[in-house]
Amino acid sequence: MTVLAVALTGNPNTGKSTLFNELTGAQQKIGNWPGVTVDKKIGYLKHRERAISIVDLPGTYSVDARSPEEKIVMEYLLEQQPDIVVDVVDASNMERNLFLTIQLLEHRIPLVIDLNMMDEAEKRGSRISTKKLEELIGMPVVETVGRSKQSARKLLDVFTATVMSDYQNSALLEAHIAKIERIQADSVNLEQAEEEIIAQRYELIDQIMEQAVVKTEAARSVSEKIDSVLANGFFALPLLLLMIYAVFEITFTWIGQPLADGLEELISAGLTPWVHDGLTALSVEPWLESLLVEGIIGGVGSVLTFVPLIFTLFFCLSFLDGTGYMARVAFIMDPIMRRAGLTGKGVMPLIMGFGCGVPAIMGAKALDSEKDRMISILVTPFLTCGAKLPIMALFAAMFFPENATNVVFSMYVIGVVMAICMAKLLNVTTFKDEKSTFLLELPPYRMPAMKSVLMETWDKGKGYLIKAGTIIFAMSVLIWFLSNYNMDGPTEAMSESFLAAIGGAIAVLFSFHGFASWENGAAIATGILAKESVVATLGILYGVPDISTEAEAAAETASQMAGSMGGGFTALSAITFMVFSQLYTPCVTALGTIKKETGKWKWVAFAAAYTFGAAWIVSLLVYQIGSLLGY
Amino acid sequence: MTLKDAKPGMTVRVESLEPSDLKQRLMSLGVIKGTVVKVLRSAPLGDPMAISLRSYSLSLRLADAEKIKVQMV
Repeated sequence: MTVLAVALTGNPNTGKSTLFNELTGAQQKIGNWPGVTVDKKIGYLKHRERAISIVDLPGTYSVDARSPEEKIVMEYLLEQQPDIVVDVVDASNMERNLFLTIQLLEHRIPLVIDLNMMDEAEKRGSRISTKKLEELIGMPVVETVGRSKQSARKLLDVFTATVMSDYQNSALLEAHIAKIERIQADSVNLEQAEEEIIAQRYELIDQIMEQAVVKTEAARSVSEKIDSVLANGFFALPLLLLMIYAVFEITFTWIGQPLADGLEELISAGLTPWVHDGLTALSVEPWLESLLVEGIIGGVGSVLTFVPLIFTLFFCLSFLDGTGYMARVAFIMDPIMRRAGLTGKGVMPLIMGFGCGVPAIMGAKALDSEKDRMISILVTPFLTCGAKLPIMALFAAMFFPENATNVVFSMYVIGVVMAICMAKLLNVTTFKDEKSTFLLELPPYRMPAMKSVLMETWDKGKGYLIKAGTIIFAMSVLIWFLSNYNMDGPTEAMSESFLAAIGGAIAVLFSFHGFASWENGAAIATGILAKESVVATLGILYGVPDISTEAEAAAETASQMAGSMGGGFTALSAITFMVFSQLYTPCVTALGTIKKETGKWKWVAFAAAYTFGAAWIVSLLVYQIGSLLGY
Repeated sequence: MTLKDAKPGMTVRVESLEPSDLKQRLMSLGVIKGTVVKVLRSAPLGDPMAISLRSYSLSLRLADAEKIKVQMV
């Protein structure tokens, strides 16, 4: 028998993706829809001897082809004609959800209507007659309660037992379609016809609601009560800051960092000596051992130790998103963000930018207008991502041991201020003709399903692992080669290597910045490949063995490096170098993501060049003004 | 009056929507003539506002709320 093709559609916040995860478990593949960067999720499974494929279509409120998501849904359903199309309806919010249902039925796409969150609907005082609804619409209706194994099994039974061609639109719906066709035929003004059709749809929805749903006056909902504290009045902003602080604390102190330390220990105390001994036993060539141990394990390992931090951060953000709180963050922050030329919805991707710019840039697609997306993408690189943090931590510990925390914090502030200024600038120049909009559903607070949170975390975080295995791997080999060879072959003195030549050429650019040595030039160059490499490169070049990329260990490393590196920097040029590192060109992975998201090399070139320029100017000002002031 | 003038706790009925970029999206979300809307709150900094309609909550900026004519219920 052929594979049964199922597609899930529905509004955002209906529990559709949770249901999809419950149905398919880990058996999913995530790709992109052709031409756009909307995730395409497909899961495969077997139920009652039947092979089933399930596609999770993007959540949309309607299918008017106003957004890429809406286009995808419509095109997929009309062209692929899946065997079963499930319309996931949030039963506690049926009126608005039925709008999409009716639009789909107008195209005569037979649907299985899944009334999800039935438990929530009952709590909110709605009693829905499934039978009546089936009768009124003409399509099969299933009840589910969100995240439960039974709900998934129930749906699977329906998939395998239902033959959609047995169903057709009810007389009520056909009458509605006839009315719409009349409106279209009589209309002279397209816009006006569209509006009349929308009104017509809600008229039908009102009729359906009246007959299929009994509403009793419900008590003030739990979400309302929570919102009267979290999104209201005096405490909303402090609570929001506290929430962000908690996320950082969990990531950098409680969970993420201890895990990262453990992993680091495992690599440096376990793997490295083991490989070293193994290679010695096999008596391999010294150059090969140097490549494997110093180049590859050193380079890839330093990135791997970041993975726990990144995963912890994404876990927290996915969890908060699942609860519905992120929508409140957007609600609270909108006026502030608007002043910077952004919208409230942009807060979430920007917060992610403190973890890693890659998911932050990808997250920008959740924004409504092209302008908001572009500005958000272009200012993200100024933020202090997890890979820049070690640079800041190292320099602060080395040159400002008394004030390390304040110095690092001020770098974060410089990044944020720069992002705001640039957003404002882009807003009144490049994108001045485009409008930004803000219209956002505030979904009810819900306890997110752990399975979905974990899967989302994996989805976002795995990019890091891929990065460690590909670009960082290749780069580690490259840096090792460049720093150990020159035109005449292997070289003992690193100052005569290829890297010294490249670094020296770059250092010329920084003649007025106070740190124009080839070592620093080389560090800046490798930082464009991956920000993690800046510290690693400095470590190799200034001859500090076993350099660590972690903030905690930075103090120890700093004391080792101070001797050799101290000569290369003064306190002022160290600050200048930090400011430059904070702001300059994002890593190639981020640039690659910008290409993917904007679709144009033009924007990649722009993002790479304007950040470099901004960093160069700001750090130059820091150094020159600092010198004038006598530092 | 417009939706912008409605205070938290008030219940109003939508009379009409002035043309705007958001008009059709608002309508698709159920903000059409005759819809009963309850004003929930303003954001802590005064803007945007949160409303409840058709058993869900929506937030919109005051500038957009000003384009929705309403009547007290």
